[in-house]
Amino acid sequence: MSGISIGVLAVQGDVAENISATRMAMDELGVEGIVSEVKTPEQISDLDGLVIPGGESTVIGTLSLINGSLKKIKEKIASGMPVLGTCAGMILLSKKAKDRVVGDMEQPLLDYLDIKIERNAFGRQKNSFEADVSLEKIGIPNFRGVFIRAPSVVDAGKTVEVLSKIDEKIVAVRQGNIIGTSFHPELTEDLSLHKYFVNLVQKKN
Amino acid sequence: MIPLSGDLGNAKGIVRENLGSLETRRGTSTLKRGFAHMLKNGVVMDVTTVEQAQIAEDAGAVAVMVLDKLPSDVRKAGGVARTASIRIIEEIMDSITIPVMAKCRIGHVYEAKVLEETDVDMIDESEVLTPADEFHHIWKWDFTTPFVNGARNLGEALRRIEEGAAMIRTKGEPGTGNVAEAVIHIKNVNTELRRIKSIYDAGDEQDLVSVARELKVSYSLVEETASLGRLPVVNFAAGGISTPADAAYLMTLGCDGIFVGSGIFKADDAKERAQAVVLATTFWEDPDKVKEAQKMIDERQSMLGLDTKNLELRMQERGSTA
Repeated sequence: MSGISIGVLAVQGDVAENISATRMAMDELGVEGIVSEVKTPEQISDLDGLVIPGGESTVIGTLSLINGSLKKIKEKIASGMPVLGTCAGMILLSKKAKDRVVGDMEQPLLDYLDIKIERNAFGRQKNSFEADVSLEKIGIPNFRGVFIRAPSVVDAGKTVEVLSKIDEKIVAVRQGNIIGTSFHPELTEDLSLHKYFVNLVQKKN
Repeated sequence: MIPLSGDLGNAKGIVRENLGSLETRRGTSTLKRGFAHMLKNGVVMDVTTVEQAQIAEDAGAVAVMVLDKLPSDVRKAGGVARTASIRIIEEIMDSITIPVMAKCRIGHVYEAKVLEETDVDMIDESEVLTPADEFHHIWKWDFTTPFVNGARNLGEALRRIEEGAAMIRTKGEPGTGNVAEAVIHIKNVNTELRRIKSIYDAGDEQDLVSVARELKVSYSLVEETASLGRLPVVNFAAGGISTPADAAYLMTLGCDGIFVGSGIFKADDAKERAQAVVLATTFWEDPDKVKEAQKMIDERQSMLGLDTKNLELRMQERGSTA
């Protein structure tokens, strides 16, 4: 097979939106390869890059734990596979999560991205918002952030680079080949973040 | 892919404000419909207590719907069914991390306002409760909180979307434990979608105009829907779902996810059943996994259910003429 293979974790959430954004990003960049839904450890083991979409992190985590996908994703990340996690995806990648109201969570996490998450950091759905954010460090000066019951990063380890903040809250981070965002780039027509991710995957191969 | 646009330009529910030095907008169509997109492939469970809400969250529910009584008890109790106690809704919001929805009566603008002030994540303008206005649904563009509405056919679905619903579900026949009506409703919608898609593909604008007149919705919404070949918002199954196989079957009919009402907490094996319905919804494409899920429940503990042909109260007919 020629080209790269990017999977979107298809347990629950906005899978189709991420498939479409990744596909369009590859087409615009002229990168060859396939984008597919992945659910099982076998499907995940063949990937060059993985997107973990938005959704409910408790649901995606619990179900990925049950069928062994969580373990496989961890192995792949350890071997250097680039991952993009948006919203629930970033929560899953983190080491620790607490909820703004309920407190410390014991939900299944990938325990890899050295950050502590505050879930629902901006409030409930009525307080979900759109605002322009900036990710200068990765060459995206202006991006429409769609924040839906969004989490924020409350603690970031030494190896974690803060890419964007909003109202003093960290909303985008990078640690090596892992990118996490509080907002949903897949719900906008701007492909810059997905393009940045596709380039990461291609460089790694 | 489902589009997120569809804003009414002057919608009162859109709030512009500043967060620090940043200009932000709340209540846009992208945020409301986007919220529904995050629920896709998930199960929303009806709950009446904090304990049930916690069971639902632990089982992998994507959200809970708070009611005063489960639909089958609404049916038994008779009388007027209203929105749930605010205190219970608040207790549940403080004890779980997944989204919390609640129902208001059809057309009852102020029950909806109260739910919005309570900060629920989504409002279900629901036929399970006694309608407050048989002729007008709520004008949902006035709200910052997103709404879900029930529909039995394409016309009802599009009229609700035109009023500002960010999500649609089948009506089914709530509280019966009988999936038959939900199956009819999703098939109705699918058949009508295929019909208008073929009109669109044939380029017959005149016929599309007559469809818009027949369904009593704007031409632009019919045209958008016809070009997509699906509803322009997320569409869930609801009404009578009781077993993992019920959930998986409705997913095969093109539903984006599942609402379960009385089916779980009216069964005697609620905890196992909640998990099993989630598993079957996630892995519906894999019959072996659905079998494993079905094995987790005991049919002798399913709710007995009702024949939908001889019901005194057909909840699905509420609000259907508007």
